[in-house]
Amino acid sequence: MTTHTQRRFGRASLTVVTWVIAILFVFPLLWMILTSFKQEADAYTDPPKLAFGPTLSQFASILDRGFLPYLANSAFVTVVSTLIVLLVGVPAAYALSLAPVPKTSNVLGFFLSTKMLPIVAAIIPLYVISQKTQLLDNVWALIILYTAMNLPLAIWMMRSFFLEVPTEMIEAGRVDGAKLPLLLSRVILPVVAPGIAATALICVIFSWTEFFYAVNLTAARAGTVPVFLVGFITSEGLYWAQLSAAALLASLPVMIVGWIAQNHLVRGLSMGAVK
Amino acid sequence: MTAVAPSLQTGRTSRTRTTAKPKGAAWARRAPLLPALLFTIVVTQIPFIVTVVYSFQSWNLVRPGSSHFVGVQNYVDVFTDSQFRVALLNTVLITVVCVLIALLLGLGLAILLDRKFLGRGVVRTLLITPFLILPAAGALLWKTTMFDPTYGLLNFVFGGDTDWLSEFPLSSVMVQIIWQWTPFMMLLLLAGLQSQPKDVLEAASVDGAGRWRTFASITLPHLSRYIQLSVLLGAIYIVNSFDAIFLMTQGGPGTASTNLPYYIYQRAFQGFDVGQSSAMGVIVVIMTLIVATFALRLMFRTFDVSRGVK
Amino acid sequence: MGKRLALLAVAALLTLTGCAGAGAIGAGGRTLVIAIVSNPQMNDAVALSDQFEAANPGVKLKFVSLPENEARAKITASTATQGGEFDVVMISNYETPQWAANGWLENLQPYVDGTPGYDPNDFVPSIRDSLSYQGSMYAVPFYGESSFLAYRKDLFEKAGLTMPAHPTWQQIADFAAKLDDKNAGVSGICLRGKPGWGENLAPFDTVANTFGASWFDQNWNAQLTSPQFKAAANFYVNLVRQHGEVGASSAGFSECGTRYAQGQAAMWYDSTVMAGTNEDPSSSEVVGKSGYVAAPVEQTKASGWLYTWSLAIPKVAKDKQAAWSFLNWMTDKEFVQLVGKTDGWNAVPPGCRLSTYRIPEYQQAAKAYAQPTLDSIDAAQSANVRVQPVPYSGIQFVGIPEFQDLGTRVSQELSAAIAGQISVDEALDQSQKYAQTVGDSYRETK
Repeated sequence: MTTHTQRRFGRASLTVVTWVIAILFVFPLLWMILTSFKQEADAYTDPPKLAFGPTLSQFASILDRGFLPYLANSAFVTVVSTLIVLLVGVPAAYALSLAPVPKTSNVLGFFLSTKMLPIVAAIIPLYVISQKTQLLDNVWALIILYTAMNLPLAIWMMRSFFLEVPTEMIEAGRVDGAKLPLLLSRVILPVVAPGIAATALICVIFSWTEFFYAVNLTAARAGTVPVFLVGFITSEGLYWAQLSAAALLASLPVMIVGWIAQNHLVRGLSMGAVK
Repeated sequence: MTAVAPSLQTGRTSRTRTTAKPKGAAWARRAPLLPALLFTIVVTQIPFIVTVVYSFQSWNLVRPGSSHFVGVQNYVDVFTDSQFRVALLNTVLITVVCVLIALLLGLGLAILLDRKFLGRGVVRTLLITPFLILPAAGALLWKTTMFDPTYGLLNFVFGGDTDWLSEFPLSSVMVQIIWQWTPFMMLLLLAGLQSQPKDVLEAASVDGAGRWRTFASITLPHLSRYIQLSVLLGAIYIVNSFDAIFLMTQGGPGTASTNLPYYIYQRAFQGFDVGQSSAMGVIVVIMTLIVATFALRLMFRTFDVSRGVK
Repeated sequence: MGKRLALLAVAALLTLTGCAGAGAIGAGGRTLVIAIVSNPQMNDAVALSDQFEAANPGVKLKFVSLPENEARAKITASTATQGGEFDVVMISNYETPQWAANGWLENLQPYVDGTPGYDPNDFVPSIRDSLSYQGSMYAVPFYGESSFLAYRKDLFEKAGLTMPAHPTWQQIADFAAKLDDKNAGVSGICLRGKPGWGENLAPFDTVANTFGASWFDQNWNAQLTSPQFKAAANFYVNLVRQHGEVGASSAGFSECGTRYAQGQAAMWYDSTVMAGTNEDPSSSEVVGKSGYVAAPVEQTKASGWLYTWSLAIPKVAKDKQAAWSFLNWMTDKEFVQLVGKTDGWNAVPPGCRLSTYRIPEYQQAAKAYAQPTLDSIDAAQSANVRVQPVPYSGIQFVGIPEFQDLGTRVSQELSAAIAGQISVDEALDQSQKYAQTVGDSYRETK
């Protein structure tokens, strides 16, 4: 064999290996998708069944169990808290980058240190405060908390995107006599828009998947999708097919958003700062 | 908490410029920042102050009228509580092991993905999906379809009737967490790999440097900021792991897989011991702040925060 | 392209949210929020609840249905802080007298007396008493239970064994050893190992009682390392480790039920309500194959626990009249008929209304277990199932507020011993420390 064909063979086998690893890695997920189309009796068999008559009845029974209100709550909480994060986060990021306030690094340090606070530490006061302010089992409690949870990371990310705006562009704008609002909308925002989108995406993911606050502060009215899943904590009657269907439905919105915007995701996570 | 901030003062070049301006202008500069700052202070600091107040009380929620001031008794109890130490140790173990393994796996996957091959986009999409699925859903899936002693796939593949969640509770939980976070690490490191200047790599291969040499002397140093970022972000989230333990093992058997978030939750919502759980919360916050101070310093050095102050 | 898709996604989410109205879904109008434990009988009731809505126009029901441990944590937190998330809560005879004394629950006696045909005297007396405080009912029973033993008659016959009507634990251990068949995937016995004072401690405490053990002596000295307690714990742990089900340390009532119904256990000692699922053809593969006998004993003449899942109204609930109409619907005689006719007579909530046991269809469907159930509930009185007197109320629990926590911690130790993570002695030594702290606080207040 020549080195050339050897190398080609090596490359091909590496591709095969990559594929095999990828499929093994997501196998629990693929299995979940498969299971969600099974009847319960086909879901727990030994050996596991690959061939079965597919059914949509699990999805139907999930909807019957009142899944939609949870989905709507999740959507509302996620969208509103992400919008608030952007609304207060973008100006803050601007004030920490292009027009820096005094003691920028102290402020930034404060924001980041709140991110490192263990959320469990203040859960009892949060419960009591929510109860006193009529926010217990209310979507607005979650919106406030998710905004606070995502704000530090969002500010930090967006700040790094603002820093990417070339100074020359801003200076040029200033020379032309452009006022700040115009400068912002014409010069700065177009540059940072993809970064803001990436940040929003990450806020959406973290809000949608948040579990701890949701489980402790909501019940029937404001429960989000992770709360719906708690009902499956016991393997009572082994509702595996139904569980899989619920897990799939609950994750699907974020999965789709994440798939479509995976490039943004990479950008957001690597924060632009790491150039 | 603000105690962290002063220690972070990095070199700043422009202080004279900002302070030289009139007061009004300085406030105009601060205005865009204030909503975010006030919001964060109110929402994150007030509950914490209340926690501190509670931590000096003896208060059982289900025994009305039991609330009274006890000084530092709760703290004494926490430090002499062997379960607290177990939970602390588990937290450290989970965080360190999960971050490290997820990082290594993520690096491996990123390297495999950092080349052109058939279906690369599909493979990447597949690999990031565990990060996009609800952690709660992931935990329940692993608990049932994978780890179940009778019908779980693991025992089907490996044979035997191992009861994973009770024989290896901590490892089982860690497997799920690692599975969840590896894609996150992979994405970050892949971004790092792809931002490598191609000409440097080519130059290295022309110089006849072996693959490992190139990797060790060029790629790894280039990746180091990405690695630090992954470790920091991963650690922030994994240290707070609650879903996996709550849904898979309930901290058990016994306290074998209890970490601090779950233990505090238990003291609060099963024991209803407001005083003790608050004291634990305060202790955890203090410990976190000590670690976080170092972490933040590292982070600020790595990402050159002073750059922002032009 | 990507941007447009993202916009589309946001738009879709917002549209979806539109259904959410002001965000708090179903917050307006008369919506009753009901927190219940997701056992099979409760799930049946949830499935039938649209009939209640049809009969009570303007009242909507919203269920928060959680597994026992989670339900308990949520309901207790909400009730104790007067959180007001729930209009109706499902609690047991453990909570009811304590919470009534704390003033957290609405006194139901006026509602009970003011509802014609409700017939509170039809409730099994021991159950009704356990839900009363100062002569008034503060919760109404949905079902009542004691514990007994189910065994597979077919397997016993095949092995040439005979189950006595009042077995001892030693006999049960011998049977379990003989019937244990790892190859066929059948364990000798199924016993709960899952942590939670309402999970593994319930069966274990009845074993401890009949072994002559107790949690505290008359002076509130913790007794968890007494020879009797050690003997009971060793017996229970060894039995379940040697001849119990796979995954015992995480198996609770539901998990054991699944295993027994799938034919994976020869015996099962648990709540009397298990008979309903064992004999349900839609979920069980062992219908008609089981016999039911009284809880095994050692030093006492009877054993078994007394427990009832019941419904109560928190003091802070807003619309108490609507809440009562739901309680009435779910616990009156007609509901029994409704379940019997729609879901089959095996699914009827047992052990709470005497009249249920006079329904011919029920007698027919439940002939294997109806009488053993009633007998067990009747026999489950402190004087029958215990060797010496104790300073607390409750059979399988200690009727003090701290027990939720203490019991949970001890149950975790027990579970760890069942998993083989620690020895029984280690588990009991640690448990004794927890119990002594609690005991001390009662000695001081005396």
